[in-house]
Amino acid sequence: MSDLPLSLRHVVKRFPGTPPVTAVAGIDLDVTHGEILGLLGPNGAGKSTTIGIITTRVRPTEGAVTVFGVDAVADPATVKGTLGVVQQANTLDRRLTLWENLYYHCRYFGLGRGAARRRSDELLDRFRLADRRDALPPQISGGMAQRLQIARAVAHDPALLLLDEPTAGLDPQSRIALWELVTELRADGMTVLVSTHYMEEADALCDRVAIIDHGRILVVDTPDALKRDHGDGVVIDVGLTAPADAAVRAAVADVPGVRVVDDLPATGHDGTTQAGLRLSAASTEGTVGTLVAAVTPHATLRDLRVHETTLESVFIALTGRDLRE
Amino acid sequence: MSDRPAPTTPGVLPVLHGLALRDLRVLRRDWAEFLTRTLMQPLLFIFVFAFVFPRIGQTVGAGVAGDAGFATVLVPGLVAIAVLFQGITAIALPLSTELGDTREIEDRVMAPVHVNVVAVEKVLFAATQAIVAGLVVLPILLLVPDTPVRLGAGDPLLALLVIPGAALLSGAIGLALGVTVAPRQIGLMFSVVILPLTFLGAVYYPWAALDAIPWLRTLVLVNPLVYVSEGLRAVLTPDVPTMSPWVIVTVLYGYTGVLLAYALRGFARRTLS
Ligand SMILES: Nc1ncnc2c1ncn2[C@@H]1O[C@H](COP(=O)(O)OP(=O)(O)OP(=O)(O)O)[C@@H](O)[C@H]1O
Ligand SMILES: [Mg+2]
Repeated sequence: MSDLPLSLRHVVKRFPGTPPVTAVAGIDLDVTHGEILGLLGPNGAGKSTTIGIITTRVRPTEGAVTVFGVDAVADPATVKGTLGVVQQANTLDRRLTLWENLYYHCRYFGLGRGAARRRSDELLDRFRLADRRDALPPQISGGMAQRLQIARAVAHDPALLLLDEPTAGLDPQSRIALWELVTELRADGMTVLVSTHYMEEADALCDRVAIIDHGRILVVDTPDALKRDHGDGVVIDVGLTAPADAAVRAAVADVPGVRVVDDLPATGHDGTTQAGLRLSAASTEGTVGTLVAAVTPHATLRDLRVHETTLESVFIALTGRDLRE
Repeated sequence: MSDRPAPTTPGVLPVLHGLALRDLRVLRRDWAEFLTRTLMQPLLFIFVFAFVFPRIGQTVGAGVAGDAGFATVLVPGLVAIAVLFQGITAIALPLSTELGDTREIEDRVMAPVHVNVVAVEKVLFAATQAIVAGLVVLPILLLVPDTPVRLGAGDPLLALLVIPGAALLSGAIGLALGVTVAPRQIGLMFSVVILPLTFLGAVYYPWAALDAIPWLRTLVLVNPLVYVSEGLRAVLTPDVPTMSPWVIVTVLYGYTGVLLAYALRGFARRTLS
């Protein structure tokens, strides 16, 4: 038995039904003191289920979960006492004001009246919500709601903070502001497990990243080490004026060192639709010229973009799929 | 690296207290709704049956009431309605929403206690509201009738058993409905469950008066309101004949226990997976 903030051993969760769904298919994971660990994976990878198991709300079918050495299945009350949780959905109490959401949360954790009041005031200030203290949750923006949820999660000063896709649906500015908040909390001595399907988030925020897919953790390491070991060169997006046909594919596949990963995602980052292929290659050296020459007889080249190794290319290298589909 | 943090484990009582404070805050915000919900139905009934009818010469209920007078029969029955429905609505409506799409219950589920504690707090809080509702309704019911209401003092021990029993039963029914019924079906629940309970709950006549219709007399025994009405009758108007007080008390607590067992399992099913 370890006293690590979090330790998962061979954890499996099968939801009964026809057919049964194996949401978590055997996860081992250790989270060490004071780190921010990212759980990076696409929709349906099992992130929320894993977090649900740690928070004692989902009972694992197999395996063991300990939080600071305490068994989450055998002693949920003690485990909940060390956890702060922000769930994927907005679970703010709609009948209470922002301040009251914090105040009564503190009371649920046994803080007395004075301590709970002070803590709620302090948190509203710190999370820049003080001027909306008497608003009700439906009246505030998504970014504010997310900040309040994090404020509430840390109100009882938990040692381990679990955040399930805390920046989903936020604009880039709010997202970066939230990363700063989380980094500050870690500086206060909190250990953080954060799930995300944004590779930029995993890269920018996390000390280590666990890549999760189909209920399994494929690798766990620092972002740099992941890119070094699994980055597998570069990703080349070949934009074409029409969807790639068999002839283009064959020509591209014949270029040495190039592998066709997929068609380009139907919608690009900026919301435009695009036709073309996503390739992975060991390096750009010597490849790009050969590639252009190979494509030109069969299709009209629109543009060509080279992405240096990102966690996205790590994910592609590990699964053969795109994180954003 | 073994600096294990001290978990926040305040124990069950402080957490219960915190949960109740939250519910009290919400109730204080909605006090007008609480009063309307509590008073409306009993007040209309007592007004029509014990004020309007005697004045216009309608003699409803004369037969069943014997020499106690219809108002005397009606008062404990209407207090019973107030108690039972306050307890039910205090839980069933909000809980059904909190367990639904908004998942507002989650923050309380994460409180450092077994989830049963969260559900039990709901029942205790609703039971308290039920007793308050009874206390609010009773004096008003005594003011309205045009005919005398003959209250008496029943066995105090019986009162100490019946009143909390009735209140807890109403909370347990509320919890059972709240974990079972989806928010969209709450309206339906009122016409399918609440209305039949009201009309066949020995509210407007003592249960013994159903001697004339033996099959109905047996059938209504499944209705929990019967025991609340009869219990309050035994406590408030001991002159009116009721079923055996000890049967009443046993059934009140037995019913509460069975419903609570069902509802706690349902609560766990809705909050854990
Ligand atoms: N209560 C449940 N009953 C049945 N299946 C479930 C349940 N909860 C999750 N699943 C299934 O388990 C799988 C993993 O779901 P999970 O919510 O853990 O994924 P996720 O990584 O959090 O995805 P997302 O990014 O969409 O939130 C999915 O296939 C999902 O449909
Ligand atoms: Mg999820």
